[in-house]
This record gives sequence, structure tokens and C-alpha cells, in this order.
Amino acid sequence: MNAQDQDRMKKLLQQALAPIEDDSEPGRDLWPAMLGRIHAAPAAEPTPGWAWFDGALAAALVVLVAVFPASIPVLLYYL
Amino acid sequence: MGEGRMEIGASDVLSLFRAGSLETSETAFETLFRLHQRSVYGWILRIVRDPAAAEELTVETFWRIHQARARFDPELGFEGWARRIATRAALDWLRARRPQRELSPETCSELAAPATGDPAINAEIRTRTAQAFGRLSPKLRVAATLAVVEELPQKEVAAALGISVTAVKLRVFRALRLLRADLKRQGITP
Repeated sequence: MNAQDQDRMKKLLQQALAPIEDDSEPGRDLWPAMLGRIHAAPAAEPTPGWAWFDGALAAALVVLVAVFPASIPVLLYYL
Repeated sequence: MGEGRMEIGASDVLSLFRAGSLETSETAFETLFRLHQRSVYGWILRIVRDPAAAEELTVETFWRIHQARARFDPELGFEGWARRIATRAALDWLRARRPQRELSPETCSELAAPATGDPAINAEIRTRTAQAFGRLSPKLRVAATLAVVEELPQKEVAAALGISVTAVKLRVFRALRLLRADLKRQGITP
């Protein structure tokens, strides 16, 4: 797809989807819902962002890259 | 989002929120919430394009902010941090909704831009384009929505998605290419 095609696609997409207006605001006061959510949940420490599964996935990726270096461009493409 | 005056206020409130008693914290968090709910809602609406969902996700975003408040660094700025959390929440929602997220013709006509542009692009093409766009993966859709439809600076999109500007460009390119291929399969040559 060349630059001209890209421009045409951008124009088409802009025609297909309307941009959201800057002055959009919620239709109701959301604070009561927020307060309900805070009081409903037990006061817990935030869950750690690095679960065992993330570690296993990262290790598998490192092994994959070490064994098959040719997979690096493919992985980068899908990032 | 992004006024300096607001930024200072939010950081101050967050510091109070983190250091204060339960009652003080709740008051401080309410101030923070009221200060930013509109901008967070507007940002999420740009991504999910569904007002009811955007309201739910605004609450979800502030809930995540509330849970992660210990990790907030006022030096980084509240706006960018909130946007990133909001973007993640919106992406999670799009991913979860994906199986039933095929856009109906009614939704597409609601989303479609008014017919003020190129007369060669008729209503049917606009609807089909919106439907094809809805079939893209959420991460490609979000990048293209923010960068192309909303015409936001790629740097801003990259910061919200937590990726590089190059990655944003790649996602937009792939989104447009896949969209073009989908439309071609339907006999539409843009």
C-alpha cells in the first residue's frame, strides 16, 4: 500500500466515523457509582502487575528468540 | 486534558489522598474524580464510541486509579497516567466485547460522519467501512481511531497506549491495509 492509498484510506475512514466532540460529558453524575464501587470492594492492596504467567511467557519468548533468531522480525511485526 | 492549573491541583489532591485519613482520602478522591471525570470520559468515548460504556469505563478507570494510587508519582503528571489507565480499561472492554462487537447497521449509521465530504463516498460505503473497521483487532482499531479519526498527535497516542511512535505508525498502517483488503473483498475499491 503506497502513500496515496494510505491517504485515500484515511479519508475514507474519516468519512465513515465521525470524530467525537471535545465537549462530550457523561449523561449523569458518576460519583455515586464510584463511591458504591469503592465501598463494595474490600480494601486490598493493588494486585502485582507481574504474575507467574507473565514470567513464563517472557521466558518462553527469550528461549524462542535464542533458538530461532529469525523469529525476531515476526515478533516485532506483531508487537 | 492537559491544563497546567489542573495538573497541579490533581497532584496536590493525590498527595492528600495518599497521606490522609479514610475520610480525608474519600473527600480528596472525590475532588480528583470531579476534576477529571469529564476529560477521562471524553477520552474513553473517543476509543469505545459508546456513551453508556464510556460511563462504566470512567468509573472502572478511577477504580483502577484508586487501587494503584500508591504507585503514582506526581512528577509524572496525573493526566498522562490517567489516560494510560483509561486506554487500558477501554482496550480490555473492546477485547471482552469483541465476539458480539460486530457493528450493526444501526450502530454504524449512528457512528457515520455526516455526509459533508467526498460525494463519491456514499452512505453504503461509509457503513461498510465502519463495519469493516469494527472487525479489526482492538489494538489496531484504537491506534487508528485516535490517530486517524480523531487526528490526535501520534506522540499523544503513543503515550496513551504505552508504545513508541513508530509502533503507532505501524499499527495505523496495518489497520488501513487490513481495512482496504476487507473492502476489496466486498468489491469496494477505495
